[in-house]
Amino acid sequence: MNGAALATRGLNKSFGSLVVAKDVELVLPHGVRYALIGPNGAGKTTLINLITGMLRPDTGRIFLGEDDITSLAPEARVRRGLARTFQINALFPQLSALEAVTLAVCERRGFAGVWWRGLPEYRDAADEAHAILASLLLGEHCYRLTHELSYGQQRLLEIALALATRPRVLLLDEPAAGVPRDESAELFAAISGLANDLTVLFIEHDMDIVFRFAARIIVMVSGGILVEGTPDEVAEDTRVREVYLGKAHHG
Amino acid sequence: MIGPFVGVLFDGFAYGMLLFLLSVGLSVTLGMMNFINLAHCSFGMLGGYVTVTLMDHLGWPFLASLPVAFLAAAAVSILLERTLYRRLYRASELDQCLLTIGIVFMSVAAAAYVYGTVQQPLQLPDYLQGSVVIAGVNFALYRVFLVATALAITLVLVAALEWTRFGTRVRAAVDNQRMARGLGINVDRTFAITFALGGGLAGLGGALAIAIVGLDPGFAFAYLVYVLIVVSVGGLGSIRGSFAAAAVLGISDVAGKYYVPQLGAFLIYLVMVGLLMWRPSGLFGKR
Amino acid sequence: MAGAAPEGVTPHQYLENQTRWRRVEIAFWLATLLPFVVTPTYLSLASQIAITALFALSLDLILGYAGIVSLGHAAFFGLGAYTAGLMSKFVWGEPLTGLVAAAAIAGLVGFATSFIIARFRHLALIMITLGLGLLLHEAANSASWLTGGADGLQGVDIWPLLGAFKFDLYGRTAYAYSLVVLALMFLVARRLIHSPFGLALRGIRENAVRMSAIGAPNRSHVRKVYTISAVIAGIAGALLAQTTETVSLEVLSFERSADVLVILILGGAGRLYGGILGAIIYMVARDQFSGINPQFWYFWIGLLLVAVVMLLPNGILGGLARFAERWQGGRR
Ligand SMILES: Nc1ncnc2c1ncn2[C@@H]1O[C@H](COP(=O)(O)OP(=O)(O)O)[C@@H](O)[C@H]1O
Ligand SMILES: [Mg+2]
Repeated sequence: MNGAALATRGLNKSFGSLVVAKDVELVLPHGVRYALIGPNGAGKTTLINLITGMLRPDTGRIFLGEDDITSLAPEARVRRGLARTFQINALFPQLSALEAVTLAVCERRGFAGVWWRGLPEYRDAADEAHAILASLLLGEHCYRLTHELSYGQQRLLEIALALATRPRVLLLDEPAAGVPRDESAELFAAISGLANDLTVLFIEHDMDIVFRFAARIIVMVSGGILVEGTPDEVAEDTRVREVYLGKAHHG
Repeated sequence: MIGPFVGVLFDGFAYGMLLFLLSVGLSVTLGMMNFINLAHCSFGMLGGYVTVTLMDHLGWPFLASLPVAFLAAAAVSILLERTLYRRLYRASELDQCLLTIGIVFMSVAAAAYVYGTVQQPLQLPDYLQGSVVIAGVNFALYRVFLVATALAITLVLVAALEWTRFGTRVRAAVDNQRMARGLGINVDRTFAITFALGGGLAGLGGALAIAIVGLDPGFAFAYLVYVLIVVSVGGLGSIRGSFAAAAVLGISDVAGKYYVPQLGAFLIYLVMVGLLMWRPSGLFGKR
Repeated sequence: MAGAAPEGVTPHQYLENQTRWRRVEIAFWLATLLPFVVTPTYLSLASQIAITALFALSLDLILGYAGIVSLGHAAFFGLGAYTAGLMSKFVWGEPLTGLVAAAAIAGLVGFATSFIIARFRHLALIMITLGLGLLLHEAANSASWLTGGADGLQGVDIWPLLGAFKFDLYGRTAYAYSLVVLALMFLVARRLIHSPFGLALRGIRENAVRMSAIGAPNRSHVRKVYTISAVIAGIAGALLAQTTETVSLEVLSFERSADVLVILILGGAGRLYGGILGAIIYMVARDQFSGINPQFWYFWIGLLLVAVVMLLPNGILGGLARFAERWQGGRR
């Protein structure tokens, strides 16, 4: 797989007669910021579900670095450095932000199964969690329960939870969905500030943001990859204009 | 040798038909709303007591009391659905369990208060007593009647589900609730009506059950387990599945008690746990 | 609680603050000694309450913290009771070893069944726990050569505790014994819920899908807590068998599983003291109304369940906490 951080080989998936992934071949090199775009229902979320193991592909293989992870459980993939966020918030409503991220840190460090020692004894786990939250501007709100946070803060917490797993590859499913425009630029600024060796794939509908923050763009239509290239290449591609940008301009 | 075997088979099938009537409503409503109604057999018990009251205290004929048992159970179930259940459709399964267990407790206590804990006597009409002998095998007339009734109801149900507009709505709601809502189907109303029908069928089942298994306040709990087995083995929302599961369960229970009486109900519970473990996603495939 | 943390608190202080012993707690545990002096004629009841509270605590670990609904938790209570009873009948009547044996057996069975439990959620889980509970009840009923069947186990005879304290008629020893065991187990449970593992359990309760997405092995967590819960339930059952010197089939019944659920929900699940509070209220009420037919008792329990679900979703402790929050909010 010569140096790819994440790759898929001939990934296929259908729900009944609806084909949601069609021979998806993906190669994400290390440290590159990818945008995954495509109309609603194109199968973008499904692709993330397939890669992270929340759905089983009908055929095809998935590689994380050199390793074939196709048959691993979702949590095992996470432990190997593949993290994701959810398009619709999937958080722990009754945990405080700090507790939630501390939990993710504990799981990563492998002592989440320890029941005979108090949580406060793991001071550095809490500190690390706090640092992650602070880096996403949640430091001041970290003692609030998740369900008391504003929607935008909850979107950030989604990312904080993923980061706490120390991923090598991070898949963000519409991280700015529902966030006001000015705030979403801030959010992506935070994302682009992440470590350089981290490979990021994000789904996003706002073309300004996509062109600003992505080094490469993948266009997906009806379960298949239509084009993959630099923003300029994609912007000039006539097929993309037709099926995607064209539509966007009209609507 | 073959005579008793066929007899056991037939008795088991008749018993299975009883279980089918008791459980089919729960299967469909569970499939539609995922609402765990552990009080389903309380509706059955209600139907039983309605029949006993009408016959013993008011002198009604048996057959005339059956539709009333159906209607009474349907009425009470829709009342509960409108007042209590509907508020918990989005609640956790724990809350649903607790609420409906609470209703079972209350119904059991209420039945014991009004009727005492003794078995209720039931005098079947003459034309349903006795038996016919076909090819040397005894068929109790009442069981023949029971099987015929259940088969007729099954046919009506299947036909209604296939060919009526209401049936289409029910199928759509069971299949994919969100999609059904998107298509403009009033799922809540469809559910309420289905719930009433299911409760009514349970009431009818309870009324028909007295002559076979008797009736006391323990009914609501004792048959709950059987009903849950039928529902889980047959698959949620599937009338045919429930029918098949009820038949198999009825036959194996009667056969088990006939051939290995010392095991009691143990065998049935073992089968239940085993089946659930074997095919949980098959049985609950829709989740 | 978490929302009210003032500015300038470090993460570590915040976490320590959550695990700190509060004054009410200490007052509560001191108050458990009162029955010895205030109501010495009710020590048997007090002992029953402590046992029930311990059973409810075991359920709280799986239901209140990990969100695993069980309709068959009496299986482990009953296993513990029968183990302790049989041990006294066939081996010896020494209570502490009986307690350990009961814990071991319940824990073993709990561990074995936890592999099943961990695979299921939702409706299937409810049915499986119900089915396993019924199965064990029926098995004990059938195996009357061992268990005495419906007549109960005969010939349970418990030696004096530590060789010195006889189990007297007034229940002095019984209450002291049950209370000490309850307190010890409570310490274990309290430690557990304030540990990293306790946090993971709450994570499973709140959102199991997200738990996998942060790399958590949900099933192994569930297996672990289920086994621990089974051990504690077994100990509770053994206490009942030893302090009453009887074991009847009722210890395995569905009613007992339902009762403990009612007790926990009434007091407030996921709150550590919910089960204890629920047990006190439930058992005292039952004692007060012992004149009425048990059949009718369940009418009120049913009504209570309906009322709690519809009106008091987090139990009494949850209601109190909300009330306190509002009161404090009003003062500010
Ligand atoms: N679990 C599922 N069962 C059936 N259809 C699904 C399921 N999940 C997604 N779909 C369908 O698959 C298609 C692709 O969905 P999705 O991947 O969410 O699209 P996108 O994220 O690109 O908007 C949609 O038509 C959606 O309705
Ligand atoms: Mg999507």
